[in-house]
Amino acid sequence: MNINLTLIGQSITFFVFVWFCYKYVWPPLVNALDERTRKIADGLAAAERGKHEKELAEERAKEILREAKNQAGEIISRADKRAAEIVDEAKQEARAEGGRLKIAAQSEIDQEVNRAKEDLRGRVVAIALAGAGKVLEREIDENTHAELLNRLAAEI
Amino acid sequence: MSSDALTTSEYIKHHLSNLTYGRFAEGHEHAGHWGFAHNAADAKAMGFMAIHVDTMFWSIFLGALFLLLFARVARNASTGVPGAMQNFVELLVEFVDGIVKGTFNGRNAMVAPMALTIFVWVFLINAMDLIPVDWIPQVAAMAGTTFFGMDPHHVYFKVVPSTDPNATFGMSLAVFVLMLYYSIRIKGVGGFLGELTLHPFSSHNKILQLVFIPINFLLEFVALLAKPLSLSLRLYGNMFAGEMIFILIALMYGGGVALGLFGGMLQLGWAIFHILIITLEAFIFMTLTVVYMDLAHQTGEH
Repeated sequence: MNINLTLIGQSITFFVFVWFCYKYVWPPLVNALDERTRKIADGLAAAERGKHEKELAEERAKEILREAKNQAGEIISRADKRAAEIVDEAKQEARAEGGRLKIAAQSEIDQEVNRAKEDLRGRVVAIALAGAGKVLEREIDENTHAELLNRLAAEI
Repeated sequence: MSSDALTTSEYIKHHLSNLTYGRFAEGHEHAGHWGFAHNAADAKAMGFMAIHVDTMFWSIFLGALFLLLFARVARNASTGVPGAMQNFVELLVEFVDGIVKGTFNGRNAMVAPMALTIFVWVFLINAMDLIPVDWIPQVAAMAGTTFFGMDPHHVYFKVVPSTDPNATFGMSLAVFVLMLYYSIRIKGVGGFLGELTLHPFSSHNKILQLVFIPINFLLEFVALLAKPLSLSLRLYGNMFAGEMIFILIALMYGGGVALGLFGGMLQLGWAIFHILIITLEAFIFMTLTVVYMDLAHQTGEH
C-alpha cells in the first residue's frame, strides 16, 4: 500500500481516457441518438399528418357519394317524369291521328256515298228514261220534254 | 491456496502486494538499479520512484478495451435501427446523459463524456474482482517463472486496480485538478478565493469579516480536500474490503472438502452480492464527480 508513481500514472491515464472519450466516443453517439430522435419525431408527425389526410379524404369521399346519390335520384325522377310525358304525348298524338284518320275515312265514305248516289241517280234516270221512253215512245219527244225530265232527275 | 508452501498470512500478504517496478533503495543488493521488487519490504523501500505494473496494466487495458469498443460502435453508429452492441452502448450513453443533464447545470461538453468514462472504466476495473482471486495471479506466476525465471513467490499480481489506493487517488486527483481548474476559470481567482474565505460566516463589519476569513478558510479548505479524499477512499475501501473477503473465502479451499464446498457457496453468494457493489461504486464515483463539477461551475450564490 505504497503511494508512488502509479498515482501520477493513473491520473495521466484518466485524462487521456477522458479526452479520448470526449473526442471520439461521445459526440458520434450523441449525434446518432439526436438524429434518430429527430427521425422518429418526423416519422410520427408524418404519420399523424397522413392519418389526418386520410380522414379528410374519407370525409370528401362520403360527400361525393352523397352528392352522387342525390343526383342519381334526381336523374331517375326526371327520367320518370319525362317517360310519363312521352307516353302522354304519344297517347295524345295517337288520339289526334286516330281522329284525323277517322275524319279522312268519313269524308272518303261520304264521297263514295255521294258518288254512288250520283251514279245511282244517273242510272235511275236512265232506267226511268228507258222505262218512260218505252212507255212514251211514241208520244213524248225527247227533245221537247227534256227540261221536265231533267227537273225530275234532280229531284230524285 | 496459491501454494502449499505459503502460510495463511503469507498468502494474504501476497495477494495484497502489487507487482512493483522501481529503483532499489540503498542497502539492497541491487541498490540504484531498476527492477521488480521481490517482496513487500523491497517495494516499500523503493518509495515514490516506483510503479505498480499490475495496476497500470489492468487499468489501461480495461480502459482501452472500453474506449476502443465504444469508439468502434460510435464510428459505425447508425441513425436507423441499432444493432445489439449499439443498443447497449446507447443505453449507457443515455443513462449517463440523463444523470449529467439532471445534476450538472453548467455548460461544459466535457462533463458527460467524463462521466461515461468514469462509470464504465471504474465498473470494468471493479468487475475484475469477480474473477476468482487466484486465477490471474497464478497465470502471472507461471508466466513469470517460465519466461523471466523468477521465483513464483516473488511474482506479485494484484488484479483489481481499485484495491490499490494509487489508482483511486490518481483518479480522484485528476477530478480534483479539473474541479480547481474549472472553479478558477469560471469564477476567476478572486471568485474562487472568495468562495473559500467568505463563506459560511460573513459580516458587513469589516473587522469581524477579517476575523471570519481564517475560520471560513479552514472550514472550506477541509471541505474542499474532503471531496477527492472521500471520492477515492470510498471506492478503495469498498473494493479492498470486497477483495479481502474473496481472499478469506479462497483460504477455505485449503481446509478439506466440506469447508471447500462451503467456501464455494460463500464465494458464489458474495460474488453475486458484489455485482451490486461494483456497479454501485462506479455509479457513485461518476455521480459525485458530476456533482463536484457542478459545484465548480456554480457562480450565482457567492
